[in-house]
Amino acid sequence: MGRNGFLKGIVAFSMVLATGFFLVPAQADEYPSKPLTYIICFNPGGESDITARIQEQPLQKHYKEGVVITYKKGGGGSVGWSELIKSKADGYTIAGDNLPHIILQPLTRGNAGYNTLDLKQIYLFESTPNILVVRKDSPFKSLKELIAYAKEKPGAMTVGGSGSSSANDLGTQMLNKAAGIKLTYIPFTGSGAAVPSLLGGHVGALMTYSTMAVRYSGDFRPLAIMSEERMSVLPDVPTFKELGFDLVEGAYRGVAAPPGTPDDIVKKIAGIFDSIMKEPGVIKKMDENGFKIEKMGPEASTAFVKKKMAEYKVLVEEMGLKKK
Amino acid sequence: MFGNILLGLQHLASFENLLLVFAGTVAGMVVGALPGLTATMAVALLVPFTYAMDPIPGLVLLGAIYMGCIYGGAFSAILINTPGTPSSIGTTFDGYPMASQGRGEEAIIGATVGSAFGGIFGVVALIFLSPPLAAIALKFGPPEYFWVGVFGLTIISSLAAGSFLKGITGAAFGVLISTIGIAPIGGDVRFTFGLPAMQGGIELIVMLIGLFCIPELLTIVSKGIGKHQVVEYKRTKGVLRETVKKVLSLRKNLLRSSIIGTVIGILPGAGGNIANLVSYNEARRTSKHPEKYGTGLIDGVVATETANNAVVGGGMIPLFTLGIPGAPPDAIIYGVLLLQGLRPGPELFTTRADITYTFMLSLGLAAIVMVPVGIYGGRLLTRFVSSLPARYLVPGIGILTIIGSYAIRNNYTDVILMLLFGVVGYGLRFLGFQAPPIVLGLILGPIMEGGLVQAYLMGQAYSSPWIALFVSPLSWILIAMSAFSFLWPYIGPLKKMFQKPGGITPGGVE
Repeated sequence: MGRNGFLKGIVAFSMVLATGFFLVPAQADEYPSKPLTYIICFNPGGESDITARIQEQPLQKHYKEGVVITYKKGGGGSVGWSELIKSKADGYTIAGDNLPHIILQPLTRGNAGYNTLDLKQIYLFESTPNILVVRKDSPFKSLKELIAYAKEKPGAMTVGGSGSSSANDLGTQMLNKAAGIKLTYIPFTGSGAAVPSLLGGHVGALMTYSTMAVRYSGDFRPLAIMSEERMSVLPDVPTFKELGFDLVEGAYRGVAAPPGTPDDIVKKIAGIFDSIMKEPGVIKKMDENGFKIEKMGPEASTAFVKKKMAEYKVLVEEMGLKKK
Repeated sequence: MFGNILLGLQHLASFENLLLVFAGTVAGMVVGALPGLTATMAVALLVPFTYAMDPIPGLVLLGAIYMGCIYGGAFSAILINTPGTPSSIGTTFDGYPMASQGRGEEAIIGATVGSAFGGIFGVVALIFLSPPLAAIALKFGPPEYFWVGVFGLTIISSLAAGSFLKGITGAAFGVLISTIGIAPIGGDVRFTFGLPAMQGGIELIVMLIGLFCIPELLTIVSKGIGKHQVVEYKRTKGVLRETVKKVLSLRKNLLRSSIIGTVIGILPGAGGNIANLVSYNEARRTSKHPEKYGTGLIDGVVATETANNAVVGGGMIPLFTLGIPGAPPDAIIYGVLLLQGLRPGPELFTTRADITYTFMLSLGLAAIVMVPVGIYGGRLLTRFVSSLPARYLVPGIGILTIIGSYAIRNNYTDVILMLLFGVVGYGLRFLGFQAPPIVLGLILGPIMEGGLVQAYLMGQAYSSPWIALFVSPLSWILIAMSAFSFLWPYIGPLKKMFQKPGGITPGGVE
C-alpha cells in the first residue's frame, strides 16, 4: 500500500519536475492535470476501502494521470485526517472521511490532531445505516421480543459493534434510552471483527452497518434498521421509526480536502464524484454491497456536518462520553 | 469435489495462469525479503491491477504473491537477522547463526522445503476440510482470545535466551508499548505524548525493523567494517541433497508445524506472526536436545517456515466458508471477492467452483514453484550478500530499513520511532534483553487487552464480571495449556531435585 504511494510519489515528483520547468502552474480550469492521491484512513478491505476501490476505475477516466489509493491507518482514522490537513491544498490530495468519526474524535479526545471543520468537505457519497441483527437461529424474531427480553434481564443481552464512540455505539445507547432497556454494548475493532462473535454465539446481537446485513444475509436475521426509509436491498427489514422509535443513525462516508483548497477546485472534484456516483456500474456495486448512495455536494455536506456536530455535542454530553 | 478439482486443474493449466503463478511467487518472494514490506502490503498494492483481469487470473496472482511473500521473509531473516515479514521472526533464531557459520544456503534450503510442505498442507486442509475446520474460528470468543494471548506469552520461557526474568520483563515492556495509541475498546487516548501521529500506536513492523535490524547493523559497524564479511559463504558439495533429505526426515516437525500454522491461520486476529513463534516453541519443547536450539539448528528454521506458510491456506478456510478473514491479507482478498461479485459461503464451492478451486490449487502450485526458484535464488542471494563488503551492505540495508518503516503507514514518525527503537534495542542487547520477547508482547498485548475488556463487559450479567473468563470449556483447555507450557521448563529440574535431595539449581530456566 505504502509502496504504491512511494513509487507513484516518485513518478509524480518527476512529472512535476518535467512539466514544472516549462509550464505555468496549473490553474483550476486545467484541473485535473496531475495524479490524484486518495487517502484511506482505515485498513484495506473495510467499507471505506471497498467504496474507494469501486470508485477507482471510473475516477481514472477523469484523472488521466492516474489515481493512487494509499492507506494511512490508525487511531480510528484520526492519524490519516491529521495528516490530510497538513497536505498541499491543491486538490490532488484528498481523503475519505467518515461521520460520525470526524465529529466524535475531536469531541471526545483531548487532541485528535485535527478539528472537524479543518476537513474541507467535497462530497458525501454514501451512508450505511445502523442495523440490529441476530443470528438466524436466535429465539428473537422481532425487535419487540428482544426488547422484552432485555427488560426482563437488564444487562444480560450483549450487543457487539464496531468501535467505541462510533455510530454503532451511539445507536445502541440511543436504543437503550428510547426503549428504557440496558443492552451491554461490546466494541470490536471493526465491523468485520464483530461478525465471528455473533456467528459463534459469543454476543447476543450486533449493532452493525447495513453492509454487514447484506453480506451475511444467509447467517443474520436483521430486526430493524436505523434509516429514514427501508432500504431497497433489505425490503423486509422495518425501520426503527416504523416500530415507534425515532432513531436514525449510521455512518456516512465522503471525501474531504485539506483546508484552504480553492473552492472552484473543490467544486470540480465534487462534480467528478457526482458523475461517478451516477454511473450504473457504480450504483449496482454499491447496492450489491449494501451501501446507501447519498449525493451531497460541498455546501450540502458541510451543512450536514455542522448539523450533526450540534446533534452529537448534545448526545455526547448526555451519555457522558466526553473525556477530558 | 474431485470433479471440481479437475475443473480447477484445467483452468490453472492455461499458459496465462501458470505464468501468473510463477511471476506472482517470484515477485512475492522479493517483496517478502525486503524488511518492512509485508504480505498485506504486497497484496493491497496489486489489487488495482486485478480490476483489469478476470476473477480467476486476478485471484491467482494475488494468492501467488501472498504465498511467495510469506516465504520470502525467510531470506532476510536468515541472511541479515531481520525478519522480512512478521511471519519470519522465529526464523532468525536459528537461521542467522547458521548463516554466520557459512551454512546460509543450508538454512535457505531448509526454509524452502518447510515452506513448500506447510504451504501445500494448508491448501490441502483448505480444499478438503474447510467446513469442519471453519467452525474453529467461531469457537473463540473474547474470553478465549484472552487465554490465547496468555498462552502465547508462555512461549517466553523458550524465547528468552538467557534469563527468564529478563524475558518476562521484555515481554511486559512490549505489552506496555502495545497500549500506546487509541484504546481498542473504550477509545481512550493513551501515552501519545500529545503527538497526533501516535494515536495509531506503534506498528509492529516499525519495532521489528528497529529492534532486529538496526542493532545488527550497529554490531557489524562496531566490529570494524573493513576486514569483516557479514555472512560467510562456503560452497559445499551435495548440500542440496543432504539438506532436503535431512528436512524430509523431520516428519514430526513438518507435520506439527503445519497443523499449528493451519489452526492459527483459521483464528481471525492471529496469523503467521504468532504461528511461527508457537511452532518454534513446540519444536523446541518436544526436542530431545532443546539446548541446541538457537545455535544454528535447522529444525528451528523448518518449524517456523513450515508454520507460516501453512497459515496461508488455513487463513482462507474461514474466509471461503464463512466470510471471515483468518489473517490480514485475507481481508483484502475478501474485498476483491466482493468487488468481483463473489460471496463467500457454500455457493463459492458449488456454483462458483471453477473460480474457487482454481484459486485454491494455484496456491498449492505457488508453494511448489517456491522450491526451484527459492533454492536457486537463495544460493545467488547468499553468495551476493556474502560477497558484499560491509561498507556497501550496511548502508544498503540502512536505506531499506527507512523505506520499509516509512512505507508501512506512509508516516515519517514511524521512521523516527524505528531509529529510536534501534538505538534502544542496541543498548538492551548489552543488558541481556532480547528483542523477541518484546516483539511478542507487542503482538499479544492487543489480543489480550481486547479479550479481557470484552469478556469483562460480557460478564455484566454474572455476580462478578470476571466469571466470564472462566465459563467455557475451551477457556479451561487454554488455561491448562498455558500452565503446562509455562511450567514445562521447570519440570525437568524439579524432577532432578526430587531424585537427588540436596538440591540443584534450576538450570533449565537459565
